Amino acid sequence: MSAIGDQFLYVRGVPADRLPPPAARAGVLGWLRTNLFSSPANITLTLLCVLFIVWAVPPLLRFFLIDAVWSGADGDACLASPAQPQPGACWAFVRVWSSYFVYGFYPIGQRWRVDLFFLTLAFGIVWLLRLSAPRRDISACYFFIVLPILSFVLLHGAPLIGLSVVPTALWGGILVTVVVATIGMVFSLPLGILLALGRCSEMPVVRLFAVIFIEFVRGVPLITVLFMASVMLPLFVPEHLAPDKLIRALIGVALFASAYMAEVVRGGLIAVPRGQYEAARALGLGYWRMTGLVILPQALRVTLPNIVNTFIGLFKDTTLVFVVGIFDFLHAIEAARADPKWAAPTTTVTGYVFAGLFYFVCCYGMSRYARNVEARLTRSGRR
Amino acid sequence: MVERPDDPSTAAPRQELAVEVAGLHKWYGDFHVLHDINLNVLRGERIVICGPSGGGKSTLLRCINRLEDWQRGRIVVDGIELTEDPKRILAVRRDVGMVFQQFNLFPHLTVLENCTLAPIWVRHMPKREAEALAMTYLDRVKIPDQANKYPARLSGGQQQRVAIARALCMSPNIMLFDEPTSALDPEMVKEVLDTMVELAGDGITMLVVSHEMGFARQVADRVIFMDEGQIVEVNKPKEFFSHPQHERTRLFLKQILHLAGDSGALQPPVGEQPS
Repeated sequence: MSAIGDQFLYVRGVPADRLPPPAARAGVLGWLRTNLFSSPANITLTLLCVLFIVWAVPPLLRFFLIDAVWSGADGDACLASPAQPQPGACWAFVRVWSSYFVYGFYPIGQRWRVDLFFLTLAFGIVWLLRLSAPRRDISACYFFIVLPILSFVLLHGAPLIGLSVVPTALWGGILVTVVVATIGMVFSLPLGILLALGRCSEMPVVRLFAVIFIEFVRGVPLITVLFMASVMLPLFVPEHLAPDKLIRALIGVALFASAYMAEVVRGGLIAVPRGQYEAARALGLGYWRMTGLVILPQALRVTLPNIVNTFIGLFKDTTLVFVVGIFDFLHAIEAARADPKWAAPTTTVTGYVFAGLFYFVCCYGMSRYARNVEARLTRSGRR
Repeated sequence: MVERPDDPSTAAPRQELAVEVAGLHKWYGDFHVLHDINLNVLRGERIVICGPSGGGKSTLLRCINRLEDWQRGRIVVDGIELTEDPKRILAVRRDVGMVFQQFNLFPHLTVLENCTLAPIWVRHMPKREAEALAMTYLDRVKIPDQANKYPARLSGGQQQRVAIARALCMSPNIMLFDEPTSALDPEMVKEVLDTMVELAGDGITMLVVSHEMGFARQVADRVIFMDEGQIVEVNKPKEFFSHPQHERTRLFLKQILHLAGDSGALQPPVGEQPS
């Protein structure tokens, strides 16, 4: 030891002080400097972005808000006139047609049923998805059992209790979009999970069936699936036995989405370590309990962002049901903008922007919710 | 078949046997992992299996609760012969607890939920009763205060003790330990070994794959040395360490004892309780 020399030997006599972390560069100026003006390249980018905003935003604001026409009885209000040389967006059009956008041709006297459906659905969604809501176990029963029956009775009608039957041909607008999207999501997740489990199964027949189904459905465009559901099915099934057109489209959408969902879930199943399967088996859990209690909770957690991604895609894909003659929200706007009474250069743009806003708000909502859940899971360290 | 390992329990009556392995062969593809394994484990017996890695120790252990299947031979656990029949497999697994090298706690469940999962869903125990049971075992492995944390918040040693408690909650007659301390930081090995020593005192049948020679010396009734898929030597720990019979055993012991830094004492006895 002595050969090493004294300077290499050291014994701490006093514990080192614990220091507070260095203060972040405080204030707005500090933030600007570190984030926007830290280097020449960054400064250039910042300036370019500012220029772009200055160039793009004011005209948009002017068109959609400042110069916009908010009220009027027909298309003349949105036409250029001496008082209004450059009219902006024609929100009057949206206002007048709004109930059509929401309900389609649903009989006016019965529209309270649709409103009630929206309310019960919103209640169900909030109850099911709010992590802090009470009794979320019952909420699942409500959402997956009570709500479908209630919705059917409300929307379709039940003559027994005095609700007249409203054929689905009269349904339209946001109502149809919401129904198709909700049914698609609610069915595609469990179906997708089953298909994914099938594809990971050790039984060759089950695996083969799952693979064929997934690959076949994924390999075909949704439009084709919808056409097959609505055009080809009646060829094989007698007219009076053929299910309703909307139901056929619903089945098509649900099956299509479930094939995608299956692949998403399978990714999650693969991500669960082998040891988890072994530990569950070693405890004596059978296949279904192992899957339901140990594997799926972890797999779904990992895939949550992808599941929501699929849902968002599905929500927008619902617009395709118009090709089989179902009157969804986008189709309602299409129909309304063709109204000669509202023939003005701006109505089409306004209608589409309105549709865009609606879809954006819904999809962004889903995305925010997913991020919230992810953040919670990360915080609680469960992952 | 000729070289049947010296087995003091061959003559024992049937019901005294916890595990009976006869003529077991297993192949992974062309690779012969287990080669004519014959082993009878008495009730309450504590067996430590050691040997170089790739020698088939873990595979043998995993055959006993049928996490692995085999091609020839038979295994009888607690009087139940393991076959393809899922009912028998589940019955054996209910009766055999297993502790893994990588703990394999369920990360989405709290410590308490990890322990109550199987009693509730396999034994159909009421939740409250299962929780009370889990708490007694968590108490025994000395981490009752961590019951409501998620496994990721625990140290490796604590996680492994939870894994032991989780297995014990099924009140198994037999416990399998698959290198329970190999994935632990050195300073946490002792707390897990202490738990296992305490468990050994309760008379539960234990099969432990481990390189903790101190533990083997202190607790084992028999030490089994496996190499290249075969049982090379079975011996009482004292004899095993002082007079290993087989050349291969001697070589192995020499190597790991050299690593441990001394020849005989290895590690201090692990029986002392932590504070």
